[in-house]
Amino acid sequence: MIKYLRPYIPMIAAAIVLVFLQCLTQLMLPDLMSKMVDNGIIGRDIDYIYKMGAYMLILTLFTMVFSTAANYFTSKSASGFAQDLRKDMFEKINSFSIKEVEKFGTSTLVTRTANDVSQIQTVIMMMLRVVVLSPLMFLGSFLLMLQKDVSLSLVVLSFLPLIGLFLYLVTRKIIPNIKKMQDRLDHLSRTLRERLTGVRVIRAFNKEETADRRYKEANEDLTEISLKVNKLAAFLFPGMMFLMNMATLAVLWFGGRQIESGDLSIGNLMAVIQYVTMIMMSAVMISFVFLLIPRAQVSVRRISEVLETKTTIRDPQNPADTDASQTKDTPAIEFKNVSFKYSDSEQEILKNISFTVAPGETVAVIGGTGSGKTTLVHLIPRFYDVCCGAVYVNGTDVRRILQTDLRQKIGFVPQTALLFSGTIAENIRYGKEEATEEEILKALETAQALDFVKEMENGIHSYISQGGTNVSGGQKQRLSIARAVVKRPEIYIFDDNFSALDYKTDANLRQALKSEMRGASAIIVAQRVSTIQNVSKIIVLKDGEIVGIGTDAQLRQNCGVYKKIAESQESTKTQETAESQENAEAVL
Amino acid sequence: MNKEEKKEFSSLPPSRPHRKGPMGGAEFLNVGEKPKHFSKTVKRLMNYLKPYRIGLLIFLILAVLSTAFAVLAPLVIGELVNVFFDGITAATEIGIKIDTRAVISLLTLLFILYALSSLFAYIQQYIMAIVTQKVISNLRVEVGSKLSRLQLKYYDTHTNGEIMSRILSDVDTINNTLQQGVGQLITSTATIAGILAIMLYLNPLLTLVCVFVLPVSAVLMKVIVRKSQPYFNRMQKDTADLNGFVEEIYAGHKIIKAFGREKRAMNDFEEINESLYEAGWKSQFLSGISMPILFTVQNIGYVIICIVGCLFVLAGSMNIGNVQSFILYSRQFTQPLTQISTVVNMIQSTIASAEHIFEMLDEEEEIPDQKEAAICLNPTGAVTFDHVMFGYEPDKPVITDLNLKISSGESVAIVGPTGAGKTTLLNLLLRFYEIDDGRILIDGIDIKEMKRKDLRGLFGMVLQTPWLFNGTIKENIAYGSENATDEEIIRAAKAAYADAFIQKLPNGYDTVINEEASNISEGQKQMLTIARAFLSDPAILLLDEATSNVDTLTEVCIKESMAKLMKGRTSFVIAHRLSTVKNSDLILVLNKGKIIEQGNHAELMEADGFYAMLYNSQFSSDNLDETFHQTEKEFLKRK
Repeated sequence: MIKYLRPYIPMIAAAIVLVFLQCLTQLMLPDLMSKMVDNGIIGRDIDYIYKMGAYMLILTLFTMVFSTAANYFTSKSASGFAQDLRKDMFEKINSFSIKEVEKFGTSTLVTRTANDVSQIQTVIMMMLRVVVLSPLMFLGSFLLMLQKDVSLSLVVLSFLPLIGLFLYLVTRKIIPNIKKMQDRLDHLSRTLRERLTGVRVIRAFNKEETADRRYKEANEDLTEISLKVNKLAAFLFPGMMFLMNMATLAVLWFGGRQIESGDLSIGNLMAVIQYVTMIMMSAVMISFVFLLIPRAQVSVRRISEVLETKTTIRDPQNPADTDASQTKDTPAIEFKNVSFKYSDSEQEILKNISFTVAPGETVAVIGGTGSGKTTLVHLIPRFYDVCCGAVYVNGTDVRRILQTDLRQKIGFVPQTALLFSGTIAENIRYGKEEATEEEILKALETAQALDFVKEMENGIHSYISQGGTNVSGGQKQRLSIARAVVKRPEIYIFDDNFSALDYKTDANLRQALKSEMRGASAIIVAQRVSTIQNVSKIIVLKDGEIVGIGTDAQLRQNCGVYKKIAESQESTKTQETAESQENAEAVL
Repeated sequence: MNKEEKKEFSSLPPSRPHRKGPMGGAEFLNVGEKPKHFSKTVKRLMNYLKPYRIGLLIFLILAVLSTAFAVLAPLVIGELVNVFFDGITAATEIGIKIDTRAVISLLTLLFILYALSSLFAYIQQYIMAIVTQKVISNLRVEVGSKLSRLQLKYYDTHTNGEIMSRILSDVDTINNTLQQGVGQLITSTATIAGILAIMLYLNPLLTLVCVFVLPVSAVLMKVIVRKSQPYFNRMQKDTADLNGFVEEIYAGHKIIKAFGREKRAMNDFEEINESLYEAGWKSQFLSGISMPILFTVQNIGYVIICIVGCLFVLAGSMNIGNVQSFILYSRQFTQPLTQISTVVNMIQSTIASAEHIFEMLDEEEEIPDQKEAAICLNPTGAVTFDHVMFGYEPDKPVITDLNLKISSGESVAIVGPTGAGKTTLLNLLLRFYEIDDGRILIDGIDIKEMKRKDLRGLFGMVLQTPWLFNGTIKENIAYGSENATDEEIIRAAKAAYADAFIQKLPNGYDTVINEEASNISEGQKQMLTIARAFLSDPAILLLDEATSNVDTLTEVCIKESMAKLMKGRTSFVIAHRLSTVKNSDLILVLNKGKIIEQGNHAELMEADGFYAMLYNSQFSSDNLDETFHQTEKEFLKRK
């Protein structure tokens, strides 16, 4: 984290120097005042009083200039630091593979990029403004006090460990209880959430009383601990004040004796009393740092975790020339003995998968939930790396191709359609940045999205809100297909995108895609047997293993799993469906 | 109730989220939300404090006393300085002779003042801690029990997040204010009053110098706030933009990768980041400037006091101790003022929070049950809708004159797209909502005359998004039928085809469903809720078909167990596939909240209306919504 402060060292140094100067000028005020009293009043010298007064005013103005300038540097360096850190966080997370993003989770990554960074920014700001000032103030006051009177300084000094001990004892008691309080608050909020999400079930089952009782218990637990914390906290401030005041008392007592022995002047005593207040205040401020640091520590840790995570998927040192190894017969995609598991789990998601997709061929993958269909297609654009075996695209191991080159070849349509806020055209251009309006319209037409886009107020320039909430699920799906189509890729990947569409649209879409995809290979994850019956190769997955490869007819003969899936779907259908099914089948 | 269905009724806009300033340091410059009925809300909030008035009175007295003692201390110090000064001026050849007895008595007095001030401050805060926690706890309990009595409408028109923030953050705001704000307000006011009085007593002219500092700093502060406000606004906007952008890009990580858009995203990000930096440092700088300016004004005041004070001492109209006291007082003067201004802001947002809570407490409740309620002893499950009229909003009826007669054991299918109000009938049957006119009878008894508890006991429910709570599988199945034996629970699980997967779990029936219920699959949850319904053995079933979240094989199991469950019971099924609808005894076709057609399959096909068209068009799509909308378009064309 320190690394990020480096570019700002000159500014921070300037700020610290300025704070130091501000501190000095501030501290000289009581000194001048004491001179004013001792020489001016006791020496009855009015001119001297004016002279000192003028000095004091000048010092005051200097203080303002110094602190304003210091403030300028701290604001700039803290904000700049945050900007740099945010940028690196964003860049890092952008470079992550899917695996790392999934490991962290999107929401925490957002919090870490935004909130945690500004948390640290605030702390740095506080550090530079208050925390740097306090030790300087502390030191400065102490030195000046020493200069005024050594023994009085020692009296004051002896109070510091007392105050430190007091703070330590009280906070040691409070902090574990604060943690407990946080836990119980979480518990209350969980209980509450459960009650809210289940309100209908709770009422239908007549369980309101139980739900209310659970909530009340959680509330009592919380109240009990917060009462404890607040009772303890009530002790903190008055106790602190008492100790500080005792220091003043001691200074007055010993100061009186010093005056009596002629070692101390009245003005100096008055100055020392003011220094005591300053010292005590800085002591409190310094202890404040100990409260700030753990807060920042949590954020620093959360950010470091992200920055220190190494992307598992990296570009090869010597990327292979993808087209060199390609001959006419090279399969577009080939899986050779591929096994895959998520690093933190024992269970293999894919086991020993081998198959090929010839150039221009369409292959379908079918299987129950959790059978590994999506994982399988995610290996092709190298979202994950295999554990054993290899995935080849145009005859080259995907790990030997630059990621951008590899993905350039692929038109990917994810299972859950995801659009970005922006116009429809902007979203389609994700596929091809320089796509003309015509190309976009063509892609929309292919994806059966042209009709509804035309109906929208601004056509392809209509705005999609964040998360695509202003278009329906089916529409989103079709737009995300158009985004892949506009790219005109060599390889299409459809991850179960057609089940959200009605049969007519589905059929039209497949028809249009067929002519659009001419020459390109495709791999389709499907749910419905009826829609893939005409595909030349169907891969049946069960628990991560291939349990059958072949055409529909072959699989019906020799693959039990396929037969079961087919039957379960067909049993619910009646003859009337045959017609629309034929439509769909005819297309593929 | 699942989220999707919930949206149907949420016509009210969601409330503004509570967003804390991202850069904590400058919060004092931002004015919080303003309450609408200030005095009314304050009065009502006071009612909660009333039971503790004795404690509060003691608190008030102690707070004032503690402040008074603290305020008096510098005066005593001044006296001490005078004693020293007298010693010096009366110095003889022998040396300085200070009146030790006077010093000791003054120091003792000072000690007593300090000790009592701290002691009282402690007791005062201790009392407030107790009062506050009791008040807050009571408030939470009151809001909590209100949750049980609220009409379901409230839940349908408010998001969970909104209700949570009422009960947690709003209550917490009040908590903080009571705990700290009130005490600070009292002590700060007392301090200012005390200091002013003493300063006036010491020297009216110097007091004027001190007080003159106030308007000057107030004006300067105002200028700074005005200048920095635009930057704060921009900073807030930029922060929100940055958050939104980052959220979107991270959520779309896969797409960004697949389409190689990393660079573009980086460029867009840097643009927002740069803008945030600009607004950030400027607003920080401007707000940071207030400190040195306040300090300077304060210092100028200090210097003037020193000069004028010294001149007064020379002129003999003031003694040196008084000057010393004055300097100490003038240093203490500004802090309580800034404190008061923070507390005033705090109180404003507290009253706004209290208002939110009171609004919720004032929400309409369910009509209480009739005292002499009818009981349905041996329910057969015959349901009659007799001229039922209902609307979620008073002037927008969704059901105008519904007449249905469902005999015991019959099945009713409800068909319609998302947002059509398919859950309306469920809502009415369970009396989650009250009908506006007409009657609903179960076994000839008007449901209004039954106790809600008894009425709801007649029903079993299986919802699309199954609700499970943080407890064991056993407890979850036995939800609603607490006296069930283990055997009965296992029998129900077996009937729901759930036994097999439960046996496989490490702890079997004692496996605890975790908070997000992520340790079992969607389909398994569904099965558990079916088991729950089997166990409760209801006369009437309310079912919501599973969606495509479940794989086909699990789906078959679920379908079969649902069919078994429906046997011999009256059932209302929200259908997501037309294939399941066909064999129902009665089909209700809904669109935009209204029943547009009703009858059995044969009758509806005969009528050749919307249903017939829907059935004939793109039958068996997995997604009824899309099909429905397509058909609707064609239906309108045909007309």
